Amino acid sequence: MNKPFEHAQWEREYAAQIGSERALRNRSGIPVQPLYTAADRSGEDAQALGFPGQPPYTRGIYATMHRGRTWTQRQLVGLGTPADYNTRLRDILAKGGSAVSLIPCNSVFRGYDMDESHFELLGTCGVVVNCAGHMDACLAGVDIERTSVALNDPSPFTLLAFLLATARKRGVDWHRISGTSNQSDYLSHFVANHMFFRIALPGARRILADHIEFCTRHLPKWNPMSVVGQHMQQAGATPAQAMAFTLCTALQNAEDCIARGMAPDDFLPRFTFFFDVSVSFFEEVAKFRAGRRIWARLARARLGAQDPRSWRFKFHAQTSGADLTRQQPLNNIARVTVQAMAGIFGGLQSLHTDSYDEALSCPTEAGARIAISAQNILREEARLTDVIDPLGGSYYVEALTDQMEAEILRVMDQVEQAGGMYRAVEKGLVQKEIGDSAMAFQRRVESGEQVIVGVNAYQVDEEAAGVRALDKPDPQRMRAHLEAFARYKAARSQSALQRALDGLARAAGDPARNLFEQVIAAAEAGATHGEICATLRRELGFGRPLVAV
Amino acid sequence: MEFRPKILLTKIGFDGHDRGSRVVAAYLRDKGMEVVYTPPWQDIGTVVKMAAEEDVDVIGISSLATDHLIVPKLMSALRAAGLDDVAVIVGGIVPDEDLPALAQAGVARVFHPGSSLEAIAEYVSGIARARRAKEVLP
Repeated sequence: MNKPFEHAQWEREYAAQIGSERALRNRSGIPVQPLYTAADRSGEDAQALGFPGQPPYTRGIYATMHRGRTWTQRQLVGLGTPADYNTRLRDILAKGGSAVSLIPCNSVFRGYDMDESHFELLGTCGVVVNCAGHMDACLAGVDIERTSVALNDPSPFTLLAFLLATARKRGVDWHRISGTSNQSDYLSHFVANHMFFRIALPGARRILADHIEFCTRHLPKWNPMSVVGQHMQQAGATPAQAMAFTLCTALQNAEDCIARGMAPDDFLPRFTFFFDVSVSFFEEVAKFRAGRRIWARLARARLGAQDPRSWRFKFHAQTSGADLTRQQPLNNIARVTVQAMAGIFGGLQSLHTDSYDEALSCPTEAGARIAISAQNILREEARLTDVIDPLGGSYYVEALTDQMEAEILRVMDQVEQAGGMYRAVEKGLVQKEIGDSAMAFQRRVESGEQVIVGVNAYQVDEEAAGVRALDKPDPQRMRAHLEAFARYKAARSQSALQRALDGLARAAGDPARNLFEQVIAAAEAGATHGEICATLRRELGFGRPLVAV
Repeated sequence: MEFRPKILLTKIGFDGHDRGSRVVAAYLRDKGMEVVYTPPWQDIGTVVKMAAEEDVDVIGISSLATDHLIVPKLMSALRAAGLDDVAVIVGGIVPDEDLPALAQAGVARVFHPGSSLEAIAEYVSGIARARRAKEVLP
């Protein structure tokens, strides 16, 4: 497009007045101009923008978007014993939370039961759930037929197995159980936060495909696959890298399923994505818009999906904890608000807003309440959901969406060159890219190029802390939980337990069997999380972190 | 010979978030220090053994999700192994109310989020020097 006379005049005036200027780039390295105009998009691209609910969904995956249904307010919850968790969960549901999330204790992520863990750490970062009875207690009084449950349930998906056992006990049909296996994406765990019970990569790959296959057949309302970009961006990936690696992971997992004979339209509608949303506002909006249309094209052209539900890029966003500061912690409320806005304008389906105190400790109840309020204020008072894709058509946002798309595709191509995501992770390439980006960001902070209020600029004498009292699990209740667990283990039918664990071990050795089916059978026979994980580790091999510094 | 501080950077407990420890490791290495880096989830016993075998001046424990709560156990284990002279620093999210317990256990310093890499490097270099100085003087 030719620039009109006025444009050239503005360029001259800008250059004359601004003098010499440092080139600005966003976190993904894309240059940021002082002004965007119609000249920054080709006529063809502008045509391609389309409408909400129509491929490639740049403006949103549904025709009604937030006007029809806002988003699920899904706060991460997890602390203490199952009874502690249940109290807090019911409080959150009563205060407007619309869905359940469950974060297990880090000992669970690592594949251990509480009786093989440091007592000091139990329940400090999540709820201690080790068997089906614990899950039942976590969800006491919660209608699991009607409440969607998001489980932070890394491979081998024992928490879902415990939930299914609970459903059976309560007489609830598995077809009615709805929710998501959060963190089911083993690849992001390998490359980023390592929160995973860690069996070797080939075993993890098989367990995930077995899980997707089982859920596709038997749990029609369950989302077995949550492809996670959040870990990678928190670990230092730029927004464009995080989107690229996540899309490559989704392709890898989808192609693994297709390779075992599954039809893409049978499982892709149940794929969901989980992203970090940083405070780099426009960049994040563009990241989501670009990712959405790349996925729509790949799902159709590369994976061969015919059903539009398979093309829709459904995502949950969590505001970035890495952006939060310990200094002047109340400033984090402003950061979280901007992050949430970026996610909303990016077209999210589900949102977790971080508590302002997350750089100080695991979030407190008071902090979590403010975080939920921020969502309510943005929706009800600021009325951000009145108009669909309100930033669509902005010269800047559209040009940036195009540029982010190009950058995402460039990174995806690197992964493809390495043989796809699985191979790229195995070779350590993804880990290296993320580490380099983390270091580059930190250097910009050190040099002051990247300003962080209260950290390298605008410091004040530390405010008196006094902002909070940390919730800690009550040691006496935790001790009682531990003792009850020992009694539970002793009272089980040892022969039924042994049969179930033997069945799990045999299935591990036989690729034709579905491992997740055996995990459920073991859970129903009374097996604990630690026992299931230990069996699989023994059979499938322990995976060392693939990390280089 | 030029003095090179030697630090073991590691994570104990259950958490796997290692952005902080990796960035610090890369930076200290760039500064010419000798860095022994481990992946997360080391046993306390392993850390003590490595510290002895590698003869490190400093142990840096990175903690994001409450693993700092078992650092006092590490301190006891180091003392039991006769490694009282190895300074232990902690980096990451440590709530204010837990600081006294760490100080009492003998942790030399806690670096909170937002600490500058330069400040960490200077501190590590300083305590490493102090340790070596003690070694020469009887």
